[in-house]
Amino acid sequence: MDFQDYKGVWVFIEQKDGAVASVSLELLGAGRKLADKRGVVLAGILIGENVKHLTNTVFEYGADTVYVYDQPIFKHYRTESYMKALLDCSDKHKPEIILFGATSTGKDLASAVATDLPTGLTADTTELDVEEETGLLLASRPAFGGNIMATILCKKYRPQMATVRSKVMKALPPQPGRTGKVVEETILLKEEDIRTKVLEIVRETVKKVRIDEADIIVAGGKGLGSYEGFQLIHHLAETLGGAVGASRDVVEAGWIDHAHQVGQTGVTVTPKIYFAIGISGAIQHIVGMKNAGLIIAINKDKEAPIFQNCHYGIVGDAFEIVPVLIEQFKKALSREKVSSTSEG
Amino acid sequence: MLHIVACIKQVPDTKIIKMNPKTNTMDRRTAPAILNPYDAHAVEEAVRIKNRYGGHVSVVTMGPPPAVNAIKTCIEIGADEGYLITDRRFAGADTLATSYAVTKAIEKIAKIKPVDLIICGKMSIDGDTGQVGPGIARRLDIPPLTSVNKVEEINQEEGFAIVHRKLEEGYEVVKSTLPCLFSVEKTINEVPYSPLPNMLKAARYKPHIWSVDDLEDVDIKQLGLKGSPTIVSKVWAPQKPAGGTFFEGSPAAQVEQLLSVLFEKKELFETKGEV
Repeated sequence: MDFQDYKGVWVFIEQKDGAVASVSLELLGAGRKLADKRGVVLAGILIGENVKHLTNTVFEYGADTVYVYDQPIFKHYRTESYMKALLDCSDKHKPEIILFGATSTGKDLASAVATDLPTGLTADTTELDVEEETGLLLASRPAFGGNIMATILCKKYRPQMATVRSKVMKALPPQPGRTGKVVEETILLKEEDIRTKVLEIVRETVKKVRIDEADIIVAGGKGLGSYEGFQLIHHLAETLGGAVGASRDVVEAGWIDHAHQVGQTGVTVTPKIYFAIGISGAIQHIVGMKNAGLIIAINKDKEAPIFQNCHYGIVGDAFEIVPVLIEQFKKALSREKVSSTSEG
Repeated sequence: MLHIVACIKQVPDTKIIKMNPKTNTMDRRTAPAILNPYDAHAVEEAVRIKNRYGGHVSVVTMGPPPAVNAIKTCIEIGADEGYLITDRRFAGADTLATSYAVTKAIEKIAKIKPVDLIICGKMSIDGDTGQVGPGIARRLDIPPLTSVNKVEEINQEEGFAIVHRKLEEGYEVVKSTLPCLFSVEKTINEVPYSPLPNMLKAARYKPHIWSVDDLEDVDIKQLGLKGSPTIVSKVWAPQKPAGGTFFEGSPAAQVEQLLSVLFEKKELFETKGEV
């Protein structure tokens, strides 16, 4: 394998309902930095049906080139068809790095492609860098259950691949009118060659919890002791009009649904205020909330790592402190309401 | 008779494990080894499919000799047979080398009894990647179906399966040819307490134990550390931020100080949604 043949940084552009997924835009931002450091092209790879118009967005967010596979067979995401397009493109144009969002689609596709190439794949990356000379990708992620960070390398194979957590990288501000090179590709793929069929897509009518969009998050950990104890978190969240977050332990104990889990294997959040109550602060949790505007930690253990990652800390029993907090907030917020009404 | 193979892993209980702060490595003595919680759901689903259609459930794992205990846990859940592949030459495998070794084991199991369906858990709690399942499917050239949260139908006669795959806002109903591979979500089922006869069977059960030499057509270069394209170059504790400001005094006094800080920053409370 001659590494000289492999050039350029690629981002798999995930799209749904006629829009580019935000994680792909974030990856274009991260990919731009890597490509500039290496002095190579940043390309998006766009697969779907009727997706050609999305190339503009991909350019505006930083790509120089977009490879497009726009065929009816790509209407729904399916591992086998998308994988074949990506393998075809990689064989023809030989990138040195391919980045995917660590979404269910991105992870599914990356796992299949890496096996067939074959090459190394780093999962759920939270930090990316590249060696300027060698082009070696430095992909870092929380490891061993999230207690420590590890930098993963793939020295002997190209392309190098990584899936990257959403909301960790920053998208560039879009530059309207910025364009680049569109490379239209097609592959010969018959419906009967694909062994899976999407029969139906069902949108859940129940409004799903989207804690990643909340301005205020009150998150609780196993320090709350029990399902009953965890209800305190709900009370504070209700008082503040915030969303409820949780550590991994709490979700695994079944006190709350996985949709509320903050961290490496949950959701990455960036609220204005984040309360971490009874959460010790394993790295796997910290990576999911460290970019919050204001982090307030309440924990019995003064040595808990969460206190290294907060703006304000209260050492004490949540069951003594949080009820006082709720009471005081209620008072303060009703005062606010009265004053704003009288002003208005 | 369906033959279902569940792929499992024994993992250290990462909730309990302590890190050695000097070496930045896991102190394995501090954590008990358990069946990867996600895999318990994979085995449970295999057992449910067996109970519904008739069949046989095998479990397979790669790991050190004590991994037989994880297999015994699967027998308690209702698996019929267990296979452990264990060999120093497997050590240090990343996801690519792991999927290669497990595939070789499944190929051998398939010679004993052809395999219709493979089920994996979503991911392991120590690796957290979810990459091995789809990797096995590619190596066996069968369709991988990830994020499965419901099995609607398995039709061995006509050779298809219909499942629900979880999406961000709902799910999709997918039909696949058999054999195929599912990676299942934890929400697919609840693993009940094991019935006593299973417990008794598990206590006496002795899994099949294979080394590399018991497998067929194995390319040694694709195993273990040697067969792993990824390496961990550096393990590090992230730089500690300056840390927070602690409030002092009684709970009430601390809350008061916090509130005065918060209400200085009123913009924090200008929320997007309804309050």
